[in-house]
Amino acid sequence: MNAPTYNFAYLDEQTKRMIRRAILKAIAIPGYQVPFASREMPMPYGWGTGGVQVTAAILGPDDVLKVIDQGSDDTTNAISIRKFFGKTAGVATTTSTTDATVIQTRHRIPEAELHAGQVLVYQVPIPEPLRFLEPRETETRRMHALAEYGLMHVKLYEDIARFGHIATAYAYPVKVNARYVMDPSPTPKFDNPKMDNCAALQLFGAGREKRIYAIPPYTTVVSLDFEDHPFTRYRFDAPCALCGADNSYLDEIVTDDRGGRMFVCSDTDFCEQRQAAGHHGTERAAPHKEKAHV
Amino acid sequence: MSEASHLDNDQPLLVADGLAKNYGQLAACRDISFSLYPGEVLAIVGESGSGKSTLLQLLSAQLAPSAGRVSYRMRDGVLRDLAVLGEAERRFLFRTDWGFVHQDPAQGLRMGVSAGANVGERLMAVGWNHYGKIRDSASTWLERVEIDVGRIDDAPKTYSGGMRQRLQIARNLVTEPRLVFMDEPTGGLDVSVQARLLDLMRNLVSELGLAAIVVTHDLAVARLLSHRVMVMKGGRVIETGLTDQVLDDPREPYTQLLVSSILPP
Repeated sequence: MNAPTYNFAYLDEQTKRMIRRAILKAIAIPGYQVPFASREMPMPYGWGTGGVQVTAAILGPDDVLKVIDQGSDDTTNAISIRKFFGKTAGVATTTSTTDATVIQTRHRIPEAELHAGQVLVYQVPIPEPLRFLEPRETETRRMHALAEYGLMHVKLYEDIARFGHIATAYAYPVKVNARYVMDPSPTPKFDNPKMDNCAALQLFGAGREKRIYAIPPYTTVVSLDFEDHPFTRYRFDAPCALCGADNSYLDEIVTDDRGGRMFVCSDTDFCEQRQAAGHHGTERAAPHKEKAHV
Repeated sequence: MSEASHLDNDQPLLVADGLAKNYGQLAACRDISFSLYPGEVLAIVGESGSGKSTLLQLLSAQLAPSAGRVSYRMRDGVLRDLAVLGEAERRFLFRTDWGFVHQDPAQGLRMGVSAGANVGERLMAVGWNHYGKIRDSASTWLERVEIDVGRIDDAPKTYSGGMRQRLQIARNLVTEPRLVFMDEPTGGLDVSVQARLLDLMRNLVSELGLAAIVVTHDLAVARLLSHRVMVMKGGRVIETGLTDQVLDDPREPYTQLLVSSILPP
């Protein structure tokens, strides 16, 4: 029996054409959710099937791929998707944000500024920002069509009524190009301002929900808010324990069972670059080396 | 706005002209014409299946009529056919200049979000973007419908039936509509709560100068709230007139039957 052979980047060419058409439409109408015939992928829903399909459709042999999961290049999800494309497309992979041409991401936007020519592919679990307030898909589509977005403010109102401030910390709704309200996938709201007027193309793929949407380069993206409760970014009030950065998004890491914890950059590439450049925080990172298999 | 409504008071707000609705062979409504004037409360009474609710849906442009048309005088004073309005305009009308009070409050409210947000939703939908002002307005309206302002952050699913119905009224009136549709507003409430709700509605209607179309099978509701009554049977309007005239001196046999079937107090 012959070993199974895959088409370049796993998906067959017809599927890629279909996805590319959806992507082109999404770029033409910033923030609009374009339905597409999402395929079964060799991974479970919720692991980035939408993002993987978008990446597969836009990947060329010369592309350099970076995959991050919660900002990190070395978590299971990131490694397996990187290996997947290394194997099925033979493309070069990297962990460096600046070197990559295609960056697939789950839940973060890299700290390093993206440049023109790069594509950021988001994995999206639930593309519909109005979903939890309006369960009917027919109704939410109509609301998008007529730009009836009062309901989105109801959610923010509820936050303030309950917590005294807008407590939505991730998947914070944005208005794209002054028209469509969009769910930026569950990125922390810290990352929202990075989407505005971004030089890179941003594509969003939701595999289970079968939707693709996009923000073309240099498009205005505004986070929704109230006049008397304006949008604010949120980050832990601490420098990174490893690189000392005081402007990056931090992960809280529990270090023992007596309340010990440390804050480190969630973007591992950013943190390593800084450490390599001589920045350091209060802790020293023990350089992690995988044991060679003997 | 107030000058405009002065000017318009002798011109109809809503005009139904030869309205009909067929469901296949079944004629749910047949040849219904009337005019409703600003500040006037019209009750539509009749037994179940007489076409009352279908008529209400036709009038509020939720259903397309099989024949005839409904025209509405917009805030600019121009009478326009609802069928030629775009969907966006119709929906805008529905959440600004109109109110719709459902029999079941769960249909008209968002049961999972707080009372304040329920009242504020229409304001946010028309572009209010100041939390403090929205909340003040919501508090004022809760007071007006006699709901304890301390419960502004509770969801309506924690409210009693009567409170839900009052909340639904507040939610509809917050944008100061000129016309309110009510579908059995007191259905399913016990009599003391009904009485309080009717009293509240009567006050609000007269204070705000609202026009209202109330569908009910309860003649007591018609007597208390409405100026005019339309009696429906088998999809037709069989009798119409001033409320006391129709209820105290019914002409049609069916109306006589309807009036006589009320138990004497």
